Amino acid sequence: MKLPDCPIPSQNHNRIVMAHGGGGRLTGQLIERVFYRAFANQWLEQAHDGATLPPTTSRMAFTTDSFVVTPLFFPGGNIGDLAVNGTVNDLLCCGAKPLYLSAAFILEEGLPIDTLQRVVQSMREAAQKAGVAIVTGDTKVVEHGKCDQMYINTTGIGVLPDYIEIGLHRVAKGDAVIVTGNIGNHGVTILSTRDSLGFESTLQSDTAALTSIVAALLAEIPDVHILRDPTRGGLSSTLNEIAEGAHVTITLDEATLPIDTPVRTACELLGLDPLYVANEGIMLIILPDRYARRALQIVQNDPLGTNSRIIGHVTDDKRPGVVLKLPLGQTRILDMLSGEQLPRIC
Amino acid sequence: MRYDQSFRDSRYLSTLLQAIRQKSRSPIRIMEVCGGQTHALSQYRIEELLPPTVQMIHGPGCPVCVTPEETLSEAIAIARTPGTILCTFGDMMRVPGNNETLQQIKAEGADIRIVYSPLDSLHTAVENRDKQVVFLAVGFETTAPLYTLLLHEITARHIDNLSLLTSLFTIPAAISFLAQEPDCGIDGLLAAGHVCSISGLQEYERLSEELQIPIAVTGFEPADLLFGIYRVIEEKEQGNCRVVNAYRRAVPHEGNPMARQETARFFVPCESNWRGLGIIPNSGLKLRPQYEQYDARKRFACNPKSQAQPSVCRVGDIMKGKISPCECPLFGNRCTPDNPLGASMVSSEGACAAFFRYRTPLKSPI
Repeated sequence: MKLPDCPIPSQNHNRIVMAHGGGGRLTGQLIERVFYRAFANQWLEQAHDGATLPPTTSRMAFTTDSFVVTPLFFPGGNIGDLAVNGTVNDLLCCGAKPLYLSAAFILEEGLPIDTLQRVVQSMREAAQKAGVAIVTGDTKVVEHGKCDQMYINTTGIGVLPDYIEIGLHRVAKGDAVIVTGNIGNHGVTILSTRDSLGFESTLQSDTAALTSIVAALLAEIPDVHILRDPTRGGLSSTLNEIAEGAHVTITLDEATLPIDTPVRTACELLGLDPLYVANEGIMLIILPDRYARRALQIVQNDPLGTNSRIIGHVTDDKRPGVVLKLPLGQTRILDMLSGEQLPRIC
Repeated sequence: MRYDQSFRDSRYLSTLLQAIRQKSRSPIRIMEVCGGQTHALSQYRIEELLPPTVQMIHGPGCPVCVTPEETLSEAIAIARTPGTILCTFGDMMRVPGNNETLQQIKAEGADIRIVYSPLDSLHTAVENRDKQVVFLAVGFETTAPLYTLLLHEITARHIDNLSLLTSLFTIPAAISFLAQEPDCGIDGLLAAGHVCSISGLQEYERLSEELQIPIAVTGFEPADLLFGIYRVIEEKEQGNCRVVNAYRRAVPHEGNPMARQETARFFVPCESNWRGLGIIPNSGLKLRPQYEQYDARKRFACNPKSQAQPSVCRVGDIMKGKISPCECPLFGNRCTPDNPLGASMVSSEGACAAFFRYRTPLKSPI
């Protein structure tokens, strides 16, 4: 006698379905086949509700960031390496050595699993490069149309020695300001990929973890006052935050700002100011001027820091603000960004 | 040649400034027509380098600033209509219209899309055949040819779900109007190069004759502006009233006849309501009667309640050159780029925004 075909549906999905977030068998499969396989490490393999980490006697740095960039894939990177590099850089800005990350995913029903796998693979590579382990995570699925393909949150923990003291209270008159690379590349790259613009460029996002630069810098010059990554709002907004917080005037020399010609040209065409465009792979370093030359050499020795420059100084400790020196010697104020320049840039 | 560097070169700028200082004898009030010029003057702080004899007046040439509240109200009403998509340039999102902005009603759920080119709205219309798509078509004679491209496509492809909410302005009649204002006293004009690349110089020759002032057509780089200022001063000192082309690399004398021809095919001159200035005859463009079916006002039967600008906002006086933005009682306290009360504080080309962004001094020492 011929039995009827088994009515249990196939479990081989090539797209995310609601059950992938349901906590049952499909969730287990997704974690097993996608996340464990890519991120494999001893802490993740504890396969518990959270990771139990080894004890440390150092001070710890702790940070979190969410990523909603559109499109998911862009020249130079994707939402995955952005999510790892962004949180790693935030830890580095505290002067910490990044150690562990968590990764939480909000997935839209219908997302191709292949897309998820490509993103996760990039996260794995970015984590390896940055020397961090992704030790815990979470996956949720929302109905089609309730989110745009995929959002990622990463949280990071790092450790730092007692003698590193980075903070707004350290910024002092006379300090030098260094930027570790060309400005505006990430924002303009994302903009160039948006359908409506349709302009072509050779630009790439600068997304990168700056672990090696910061490690080399702090190993030789621990007396760094500020490390900050000028992401959303660009260089100008980040420097304004520092100036406000530290109650100082920061004066930049326009002629020294490192800007790629394609970025400059695209900004001219679109009416944007590169000083307000997001970056994902550069850092601002503020430190006593006597260390500035040496710091510049150290940064320039790193492949990610070859375009670094000294772009200005802390010139006053009474009036908070950022001032730009123009070609003929006049100065003008460089304000915070008003409104949004580009939505969903990271 | 690298335009971004050559026309900002400090040696070149110094030479031009030196020439201006030598040439300028009697006091002169020069109006730069366009917001792009105002922006560049502020960004490079050019005015503080000019001799005290030269005073710049910031003209009305910012389309976002002069678009009247009624148009904003109409756009808001249309965007609120179910089944509608409103496409707009980004700057319009934050312009207040009857105490609301497009940004606010987008947050409430209206489908409003920011585009960089009018042609983008064509794709939106094709992809959303079940919806009405409206383009908020603001601008001057420079932007009008872009709308004719869009209209050309709409008519050729029989796209019946796309229309234009127009608010189009033309410069010469407005300048003529401003120059006749009491206390205005314009002694010279910097005409906007991009407008002249379409309109040509003929209309400005008439204007120069009518107002008896020299006019220089300029570009938007610091060196372009300084050269234009120099040429206006030179003509004035010699007692000439004529148009000089200080932007030959972009502006031919005859402008762009094909663009004008296309504009005339779809649009006719009309009176226009300039925010802050009021109704000026023959200073705008509207769709020709045979293309009225693409007029969003006809399609949506808009009936805007006109509401005057809050009387304390003095954008009209700023555009007339009577006061500088800093002299407006709202400037920098109640009216800022984060909370704009007047349109001139919203647009990147608005004089108030340019002043706020580039000329606010640092806070006093504590």
